[in-house]
Amino acid sequence: MSAPTKDLILRHGNASRVTHWAVAIVFTFLFLSGLALFHPFFYWLAYVFGGGALMRFIHPLAGAALVVLFYPYALSHIRDNRWLPADGKWVGHMFAYMRMEHPDVGETGKYNAGQKLMYWSMIPIIAVLAVTGLMLWQPWFAPAFSAGARRAAGLVHAACAFVMFVGIGVHVYAAIWTKGSIDAMIRGTVTRAWAKFHHPGWYREVAGKDGR
Amino acid sequence: MPLQSLDVINQSAKTGPTPSVRQTLPVAKLIDISRCIGCKACQSACMEWNDLRDEVGVQEGFYTSPPDLSDQSWTLMRFNEVEIDGKLNWLILKDGCLHCADPGCLKACPAPGAIVQYSNGIVDFHEEQCIGCGYCTAGCPFHIPRLSKKDSKAYKCTLCSDRVGVGLEPACVKSCPTQALSFGSKEDMLFQAEHRLEDLRERGFTKAAVYDPKGVGGTHVVLVLPHGDRPEAYGLPADPQVGRVLSLWRSGLARAAGVATMFAVLVAGVLHYMRHGPLEVPPEETGKEGRP
Repeated sequence: MSAPTKDLILRHGNASRVTHWAVAIVFTFLFLSGLALFHPFFYWLAYVFGGGALMRFIHPLAGAALVVLFYPYALSHIRDNRWLPADGKWVGHMFAYMRMEHPDVGETGKYNAGQKLMYWSMIPIIAVLAVTGLMLWQPWFAPAFSAGARRAAGLVHAACAFVMFVGIGVHVYAAIWTKGSIDAMIRGTVTRAWAKFHHPGWYREVAGKDGR
Repeated sequence: MPLQSLDVINQSAKTGPTPSVRQTLPVAKLIDISRCIGCKACQSACMEWNDLRDEVGVQEGFYTSPPDLSDQSWTLMRFNEVEIDGKLNWLILKDGCLHCADPGCLKACPAPGAIVQYSNGIVDFHEEQCIGCGYCTAGCPFHIPRLSKKDSKAYKCTLCSDRVGVGLEPACVKSCPTQALSFGSKEDMLFQAEHRLEDLRERGFTKAAVYDPKGVGGTHVVLVLPHGDRPEAYGLPADPQVGRVLSLWRSGLARAAGVATMFAVLVAGVLHYMRHGPLEVPPEETGKEGRP
């Protein structure tokens, strides 16, 4: 990517990008280590992370790190993720959008409805994962909960991790599919044409600020 | 009948078949509570044979000592004080692993080979494989395994698998002075238990019963309870179950379906990209404003 020019617009600030990738790394570790505990087919991953006992020790610490990183990050993006009436229209045309039929989805703001759905689904899912994870966290917190409560926590934790994987899988694929968005998350900038095409509402806002 | 790797008929987090070419004799320990005098010789013998020393605690007004099972105390005489017909009774429970035929601990354990089940029925922990997650303590319907504060590994009664493997009875059985404990084939122990029940009924314990709970597939530690209608009074669950929640959580089918769905998401992404290609800003949109 060339140096910032007049053609480039800042989409993700420095702090936002660093936090995003920190969350991504922590999530990847959590997911892979959780997968090792979820099904023995993936137990080899335990050896990638220093053996089962060490991995089991780090997993909840990484979970705590995710909570600490994710929620302030989510809070700082709440304004752009407010659900607007126009978002319903996007959802209605979601499959046409995915088939690249370029349906009229109204004026998309900084985030489209798909991104907002991701945002609003991750907030409760990570909360449930954190609470159930705490209930299973040996040796410090789990002893406070009954065996029955921990069995239920284990089931809910696994189910939510599964939903989270599917959600994050869609998120990652959407980024690969939509050219320019990974660059945006690495270097922070997008072209004017990209902004205008994908997020015209947001473009109008920032272009207005630029005085153009 | 030395226990060998070929006698491991089940193990935690297994992905394939386990050795099944030979079947050793299913064994059982019979605990006849009516004969127990509460001498705790079994507790001492367990410490002695397994070379365990629990911390010396304080007397809290009960005969039960130490206060609970631990990584150092794999069996414990619990002196339940229960009033029956206006009289105080000691309903003594020799607490410890019951060696379930369908063990919840093994089902819950995510570490391959950390919990094994021998064809003679003994459920054993291999602590070197234990990762300290404590799922066994969540899976056990009897609240038996304990995580050590020293090493975060789970411990419980082994039914002296090392002794049984070389043809000896468990240390606790060896030490019992009143034959409240017996050891042999499960069939023989159930037969013996029936005789004990007859005796008890003659002595007026009309509700005496054998505790070999079917909810966990039966156990390889069988108890004769003089007050068989009230297992809870001894601190035993009336109807212990592996349970639906644990079965669903650790279900091979549900987890395989979960993994398959996650793979399907990856495949769907690849197929979508192959069919539709990347979403790019159309050239006519870029105009003079630069590349997309």
